[in-house]
Amino acid sequence: MSVLVTRRRAVPRKYVPVLVTACLFVAMFAAGGVRYDSFATGQVVLNVFIDNAFLLVVAVGMTFVILTGGIDLSVGAVVALSTMISASLVTDQGWPSAAVIPLVLAIGAALGWAMGCIIHYFEIQPFIVTLAGMFLARGLCYTIGTDSISITDETYTALAQARVDLPGGMFVSPSVVIALVVVLVAAYVLHYTRLGRNVYATGGSEQSALLMGLPVARTKIAVYTISGFCSALGGVLLSLYMLSGYGLHAVGMELDAIAAVVIGGTLLTGGSGYLLGTVLGVLVLGLIQTIISFEGTLSSWWTKIFIGLLLLVFILLQRLISVRRRT
Amino acid sequence: MTAPTPILRMSGISKEFPGVKALSGVDFRLLPGEVHALMGENGAGKSTLIKVLTGVHDIDAGEIELGGRKVAFADPSAAQQAGISTVYQEVNLCTNLSVAENIFIGREPRRLGRIQWGRMRRRAAELLARLELDIDVSAPLSSYSLAMQQMVAIARAVDISARVLILDEPTSSLDTGEVAQLFRVMRKLKEEGIAILFVSHFLDQVYEISDRMTILRNGRLVGEHLTSELGQVELVGKMIGRELADLEKLEGKPLARETETLVEAEDLGRAGAVEPFTLTIHEGEVVGLAGLLGSGRTEIARLLFGADHAGTGSLKIDGRPVSLRTPRAAMNHRIAFCSENRRAEGLIPDLTVRENLILALQAARGWSRPIPRRKQDELVEKYISVLKISPADPEQLIRNLSGGNQQKVMLARWLILEPRLLILDEPTRGIDVGAKAEIQRLVASLSDGGMAVLFISAELEEVLRLSHKIGVLRDRRLVAELDNDDDLTTDVLMETIASGARA
Repeated sequence: MSVLVTRRRAVPRKYVPVLVTACLFVAMFAAGGVRYDSFATGQVVLNVFIDNAFLLVVAVGMTFVILTGGIDLSVGAVVALSTMISASLVTDQGWPSAAVIPLVLAIGAALGWAMGCIIHYFEIQPFIVTLAGMFLARGLCYTIGTDSISITDETYTALAQARVDLPGGMFVSPSVVIALVVVLVAAYVLHYTRLGRNVYATGGSEQSALLMGLPVARTKIAVYTISGFCSALGGVLLSLYMLSGYGLHAVGMELDAIAAVVIGGTLLTGGSGYLLGTVLGVLVLGLIQTIISFEGTLSSWWTKIFIGLLLLVFILLQRLISVRRRT
Repeated sequence: MTAPTPILRMSGISKEFPGVKALSGVDFRLLPGEVHALMGENGAGKSTLIKVLTGVHDIDAGEIELGGRKVAFADPSAAQQAGISTVYQEVNLCTNLSVAENIFIGREPRRLGRIQWGRMRRRAAELLARLELDIDVSAPLSSYSLAMQQMVAIARAVDISARVLILDEPTSSLDTGEVAQLFRVMRKLKEEGIAILFVSHFLDQVYEISDRMTILRNGRLVGEHLTSELGQVELVGKMIGRELADLEKLEGKPLARETETLVEAEDLGRAGAVEPFTLTIHEGEVVGLAGLLGSGRTEIARLLFGADHAGTGSLKIDGRPVSLRTPRAAMNHRIAFCSENRRAEGLIPDLTVRENLILALQAARGWSRPIPRRKQDELVEKYISVLKISPADPEQLIRNLSGGNQQKVMLARWLILEPRLLILDEPTRGIDVGAKAEIQRLVASLSDGGMAVLFISAELEEVLRLSHKIGVLRDRRLVAELDNDDDLTTDVLMETIASGARA
């Protein structure tokens, strides 16, 4: 009987948070369309993607970390460091972009790997370790230079100005394509590989995962490495978007990424959430900015206020869901 | 029929922890197709034996042979690969994952690295069907009861390695129906030739399911017997190493008390927790509360201790109306509450015995008046010897103590306050016969000394043995208050719980 009942229920509870976010996105889009002319077009959504491609990539890495029950505060600083290294190598040293980009990605992954090792082997709170990583990476930016370095390399400018045309006169930037490929690969990894399932198991109960003989150490180190890699890739995309490297780029981006993941329905305690939710979370954040810029008269700080309110609502929602699950 | 050769043989196993000799020279064997019970008091070395077998700890001396070959496991997953799986009391699965995934995680069927979900679900369903369990394998594990989660854990263990299955206290949080289901699964596995090592504190269950038992005491082997050849009384005698006289001393029923009224609850109740009840507790009286799990026993205790607010009714102490808004107010009236959940709500595992003991007293005095170290040592020494806490080392960390001794420390913590009413919620659950007898004896002597005790226990014999008066609860309602006279037996109690009134 109970089996029948479970199957008849329309939406399993695990999809509820993602659905709530999806509904929110649709509602915001509809409201914007009613209120402003020329808002309800596909290009508005695509522009959200274009303006937030780097955030999306960073948030994907953050999703892995939060799913294991951890947190990575270093992502914004690693993004900034990546733009700084790229800019200084390309502009000041004249390195070819084909060498710079892989190097930057490797540095990001290595930083993440090192933090993961410290978190696991010394059993230190991820919050503290990545906070240290944040200061370290941000500080390293200034050893390279205190001013903004603009990028004039041909490959970079070509990529930055390229448009990928879509039917209906719409277009996206190459960054969006890269970001979506990252999302798809990450979703595949999370749902169809052992590494991905170990991420969920570790987040569900680290103790149990250990007793079930799962490679918890490898999993935990892997998620911070993935997050470091994604941050570096986000940094490469941001340097394409800004065409510069600067130690003050991406200040506070770690918080945007965490907000996107939480609004996307991933539990901060780990073990529950979907990448699709993270994508929707980034879109909701981007759409808030778009609406506020359409409004024209509102200061951009209203973005922060709305994000703050939304976060509060979603955290309360998580609490409600997890309380109901327990009873 | 010839005796089969043991699948597992452990010989001369010794293990020492700092300051504690946990096992010395223990021999143990396990035959295929048998349920073998490992018996002993808390601290006798059962858990340690299991842990050295499964590679959680390494051994100081002795050897382990599995299927005739000498083995030594570095960690539980190595033991698992060799064919030894353990299912612990707390279900060690990930409740956020689906049933099928919990069975197969780490060994998912894959093609080119891609997990084949369909095949995994089919195989999980087949496996559970073999154990006669019919559940939706794609539902998250958290949607099933603890009992079902335990079966899933067993299914996982069996599927990984079908040679030796260790069940460590699997039944302690299951109800009767669920235990029957677990035993059905165990019998099924036994028929398939799996050797099962079973640990439980419930003697009846051990006698129902096991074929053979090994008894440990103080880290030493006492003996191995066929279950059919060893009576319960002999078994208990072997476990605690002394005659049952100690236990039987308590057999006589306590005499009724003619003393002053201490606590009077009138129509006290709280919506959703317990219906209004009227209960009087006299000085030096032991009042037992009997009823099924969830019938409102703990809720009554929490109301009397001020841990929950009463919605209706009034409470009088010494004839004066009081309102217990917080546990602190109750403590000021010298009411103490020893919670049933000693791990989560009581002890602090990383503090020492001494620190845990003085916690409540220090809280009552306030942080600005620390208890002098000399006074602490005196108190701690006194209670360690009165309650026979072992090891008798005040600086030992609480988490290194066995369950029964942890319970004694909890008790001592409240006794230091010299309460007038001591509320004990399931003080003997999950602890062994010897410690149980000691706690029961302590309750009796406290009541002789004038302390009133509210005694909550799921074991009717225990309630009956200690209480002057028994309140029977059913569906969150106090349905009867029975004097403990000669007519009152466990059968009458059971009947009252079942029918709601004295027959």
